[in-house]
Amino acid sequence: MRPPLSPPSFRVRWSGLRLLDVGLGVWTGLVFLFLYLPILVLVVYSFNESRLNVVWEGFTFEWYGRLWDDTRIARALKNSLVVASFTTVLSVVLGTVGAWLLHRYRYRFGSTLQTLIAVPMIMPEIVMGISLLILFTTAGLKLGFFTVIVAHTTFCFPFVLIAVQARLQGMDPALEEAALDLGATPLRAFLLVIVPYLRPAILSGALMAFTLSLDELIVTFFTASAQVATLPLLVFGMAKVGLNPMLNALSALFIIATVAFVLFSEHLRRLGRRTP
Amino acid sequence: MHALADTAPAHGGRRAGVVAWLLLTPLALWLVLFVVVPMLGLVVYSFCQRDDLGRVVFEFSWENYARVFDPIYLKILGRSIGYAALTTVLCVAIGYPVAWYIARQRSPLRERLLLLVMIPFWTSFLIRTYAWIAILKSEGLLNGLLQFSGVVAAPLSLLYTPTAVVIGLVYAYLPFMILPIYGSAEKLDNALVEAAHDLGAGPIRAFSHVIIPLTWPGIAAGIMLVFVPAIGMFAITDLMGGAQVPLIGNVIQNQFFRARNAPFGAALGVVFTLLFVVTYAMAHRRRRTTTT
Repeated sequence: MRPPLSPPSFRVRWSGLRLLDVGLGVWTGLVFLFLYLPILVLVVYSFNESRLNVVWEGFTFEWYGRLWDDTRIARALKNSLVVASFTTVLSVVLGTVGAWLLHRYRYRFGSTLQTLIAVPMIMPEIVMGISLLILFTTAGLKLGFFTVIVAHTTFCFPFVLIAVQARLQGMDPALEEAALDLGATPLRAFLLVIVPYLRPAILSGALMAFTLSLDELIVTFFTASAQVATLPLLVFGMAKVGLNPMLNALSALFIIATVAFVLFSEHLRRLGRRTP
Repeated sequence: MHALADTAPAHGGRRAGVVAWLLLTPLALWLVLFVVVPMLGLVVYSFCQRDDLGRVVFEFSWENYARVFDPIYLKILGRSIGYAALTTVLCVAIGYPVAWYIARQRSPLRERLLLLVMIPFWTSFLIRTYAWIAILKSEGLLNGLLQFSGVVAAPLSLLYTPTAVVIGLVYAYLPFMILPIYGSAEKLDNALVEAAHDLGAGPIRAFSHVIIPLTWPGIAAGIMLVFVPAIGMFAITDLMGGAQVPLIGNVIQNQFFRARNAPFGAALGVVFTLLFVVTYAMAHRRRRTTTT
């Protein structure tokens, strides 16, 4: 008699693994519920007529309307956008040029520089905040737009640089050589050949810098004055006091913007992968 | 011949000339001015004194460090590390199965599930913490539901408790643990797991001897993204714990504003930085020993 093709123990193990898989799936579902339920509750209650989150008293846009009229929020939003825009432009310039130079040329202390670039990405935010605050006060600088933008650029540009470096690694060196052979100056070759090639990485780096800046609380907390308080600083102050229907509405807008941002950057990433 | 010498391999590139150095100057200067100098300044400050008005006096002393070892601050430091460690352990325990599950799915579903992790990852932690305030506050959703269903008569004080702080921290940092572990789990070659099975390893042995070591880089990266920031995170502890559970981040922040003792705050900052360096070194050493 021939032995059975698959030993019985195999089937037992298989069904055990199958059960494990189902269990993992259920767990994953529960974790997503944990991650999303609080956010959804917030969005739903931003349309609640009641000032409190407990009872549903009817649908309203009132809080969104009030949000629109609130001058403090308008100013904080303006401050945030100013800071994030300057930070993004500076980060893109520093990050792109830096990545290209470090890729193209061999520097003494090049590896030291590379390590230094990683430091602001991994350094605890609070340490960065207080050390920059010490620098600014010792230098006699008044806290304001300048100090916040400098602080934000310091932790944002490494993300652009790393993103650009990753794309440079896959670049054919012949691309630049061809441009130079055809008579382009190194600057023209960089602007007209290299930068277009790097565009997906620059774009996603810029998007990242913009979002990181827009979202940042801790470093901003130490480097901003009350006049240039950004949106996260205002939200932090409001949330400390407690529930506030206007804050519900503001949060809902934030969440919708984030979802749009994630979908957009995912789209960019796919585009970047498609073009070699 | 000359042209050949000129087209050295692009990676590493040719030796930087004067122009290349000049072009790199802004970047190098930026890093020195806003990363190196501030760190040195922090160390200098930590050895300084302050006068009665809170102004900094540049006079060398170890006093600030002696104060760090005061039982009050040691206790707060210990508590901060404890909270951060608990948060990290919970994030690994909750997030690891999720990362593993997502990594084992087929392509379209996998990307969609990953997107579901990306959305909370990118959503401001402030907003996400506020969402929990709305749930836990005495006039919040959970108390409303409990009272409405008659489970409790009076609202429970759920907010401003240690539990609330841990919930807030885990909720904020969970995506930061899932993503790096996913990165490692996705690269894991399934043949290695099957080989372990074929060689007679049970699921537990396969997990502890094959899967964990191979996904350790992801776990280590997750620890760096969760443990260190969680130690210094004062915003979540402020919002979820009120002033009830001061952690090291709250104390540091206080020294620079209310207490006006920047030198002591700087000393705490230096201690925190050392802690960060030790964690980093440990996470990396483990990685090196497991991959060789």
